[in-house]
Amino acid sequence: MKKVGMDAVKIRSGSDLENIRRKMNDRTAGCTRIVVGLGTCGQAAGAQQVYDAIRQEIETLHLQDVILEATGCVGICQFEPVVEVYSPDHVRTTYVRMTPERGARMVQQHIQGGNPLAEFTIGAAQNRR
Amino acid sequence: MYRSYVMVCGGPNCALSVEKQGKLAEEFEIQIKMAGLRKEVQVMKGGCLGLCSSGPNVAIFPEGTIYSHVQTQDVAEIVSEHLLKGRRVSRLLYDENEATSTQRSLEETAFYQKQLRIALRNCGVIDPQNIDEYIARDGYAALEKVLTTMTPDQVIETVLASGLRGRGGAGFPTGLKWKFASGNRGKVQKYVCCNADEGDPGAFMDRSVLEGDPHSVIEAMAIAGYAIGADHGYVYVRAEYPIAVKHLQIALDQARSYGLLGENIFGSGFHFDLEIKLGAGAFVCGEETALMTSIEGKRGEPRPRPPFPAVKGLFQQPTILNNVETYANICPIILKGAEWFSSIGSEKSKGTKVFALGGKIKNTGLVEVPMGTTLRTIIEEIGGGIPNGKKFKAAQTGGPSGGCIPAEHIDTPIDYDNLASIGTMMGSGGLIVMDEDTCMVDIAKFFLEFTVDESCGKCTPCRVGTKRLLELLNKITEGRGTMEDLDRIEELASFIKENSLCGLGQTAPNPVLSTLRYFRDEYVEHIEHKHCPAGVCKALLTYSIDPVKCRGCTICAQNCPAGAIIGSAKNPHKIDVNKCIKCGSCLEKCRFGAIQRG
Repeated sequence: MKKVGMDAVKIRSGSDLENIRRKMNDRTAGCTRIVVGLGTCGQAAGAQQVYDAIRQEIETLHLQDVILEATGCVGICQFEPVVEVYSPDHVRTTYVRMTPERGARMVQQHIQGGNPLAEFTIGAAQNRR
Repeated sequence: MYRSYVMVCGGPNCALSVEKQGKLAEEFEIQIKMAGLRKEVQVMKGGCLGLCSSGPNVAIFPEGTIYSHVQTQDVAEIVSEHLLKGRRVSRLLYDENEATSTQRSLEETAFYQKQLRIALRNCGVIDPQNIDEYIARDGYAALEKVLTTMTPDQVIETVLASGLRGRGGAGFPTGLKWKFASGNRGKVQKYVCCNADEGDPGAFMDRSVLEGDPHSVIEAMAIAGYAIGADHGYVYVRAEYPIAVKHLQIALDQARSYGLLGENIFGSGFHFDLEIKLGAGAFVCGEETALMTSIEGKRGEPRPRPPFPAVKGLFQQPTILNNVETYANICPIILKGAEWFSSIGSEKSKGTKVFALGGKIKNTGLVEVPMGTTLRTIIEEIGGGIPNGKKFKAAQTGGPSGGCIPAEHIDTPIDYDNLASIGTMMGSGGLIVMDEDTCMVDIAKFFLEFTVDESCGKCTPCRVGTKRLLELLNKITEGRGTMEDLDRIEELASFIKENSLCGLGQTAPNPVLSTLRYFRDEYVEHIEHKHCPAGVCKALLTYSIDPVKCRGCTICAQNCPAGAIIGSAKNPHKIDVNKCIKCGSCLEKCRFGAIQRG
């Protein structure tokens, strides 16, 4: 799993900002990015456990080029815990009402295997209602 | 033991003929041999994967990748890319979303497509605890642009020209507020404040922005500081928002360590820093003068205006105070220009508005729509409509200070002026949807109870008036109301509105007045017929059992917590009205529809 962190520098100009932008692009290029909604609504729905399960599974499988991050609320509080996957070519997949078990399965089948799961995506949840 | 296994689906239902499938496996053998992987990869013919409509399928283990619709000419690519270089062939990957036509991402849903996210642009997308991600999405570029290429007056002109109005509720033009505070730059101490004391029941826009994108507020406050000539700011946030406070603190620390807050920002000679002030949760502290009094360390009580904060605010110095969502709009305005922003929205209300959708609606959550979007679009298209096939009755905007929009006004384009003309207000953005099971008198009572609790007690019209108003409503919901009470309610409500010291009292009667305006018949029904049409007001309800429908199953009697149901098995039961506590559990449990509520 890749980590992205700050550098100990001072930003004094527009080109310093540009350097950080470029650095972020380089670090994330070719990576799959997983974000877990850990705002108040997500945490209330148990997103922390989902986050932990996903991190655990990524470490167990020794997956490289995967970035796991906590984000805020994406607006669909009803469907929390929400986990979104951005593929290296920027395809976005939104998983809703996730559980730790579903999170681990998502890592195995989607991140490792490359086959997104439809049954937990937002479309499936909306069709079920 | 092989490094990889290639399993070619041999299922009988596969579209593939046995003969053709044999060729596919054969082709894999040939290509693997050519790639020199014969000792590392084994090809097998497996059983049906169950994905027949996507066949021919090929699965590669141990990673479990499934390729679908694989043709012989694809094999070379799979071998050279996947097996040799470890890169998946994305065009052939089996995708359940495509196979079953399931919407894959939020962006494809109606919930998202009708929205325009400016204030919420980064929420749920970036990691709020990593400043680099904010910078990667043009963060701090607006501050850099302002400090290196614009004069303070140009900044104010831009905000003024954008038409941005205060998102806290009152809708005062933000640029004008900044202009009023801009005199004597560099000669007097000034302050920039952010109102994150979000207190409306059901509203959580500010929390979400601070949790999900704290830097957008910090950057905008620094821009505001430059515009009016202030070097210090405060974010007043309630202590009940621990995650927002934590993320804000992390963001402040990171911005300081990059030198984006502090001395000589971007080498421009401009200094600015921020402090977090925690509020203890009093609703009145969302009122600007009470908020500033609270920051000063005093009891959070309002004071009369004028003088306005732009003249005499925090610590008696010129101060500007804007809402979180207002600040979240500033950086995009600076970067994309006032014209871009003013092209969005309606004639007098520019840009977008964030709403917290709640109540009787399928998709609860945060939505951001251009001003002038109709309530119908928000409720039916974005919100997904009312659950359980119920009918839309009204929506409350502006929380305890606002009013309701009844079904007949569902096509009103929502902006500041339209809402005011139908007797409600934009407010901070709480939008509570009510269906036919909601009693409007009860709703008015709910909001009034809130303001009675939250009145600070400084002025009599608010402290005593709201309490007396609530007593009148209680009288009606308990079946003791008279028609004269309605006149007294109207008289008292307008007295409170005119004579209260601050916004809390001046707006407290709004929910009562607006429900009375649109749902007067419901009030009359409570008074004249002692009947609550929605079946909510307990004192007006009676439960009885229809002896024809009752089979005497005794379920209701077993579940009655008050022991109010009498009768023997297989004979019709009866409810003792003196013992009945009107909890409704018999109605819930009866399988024969024999319980009547009237």
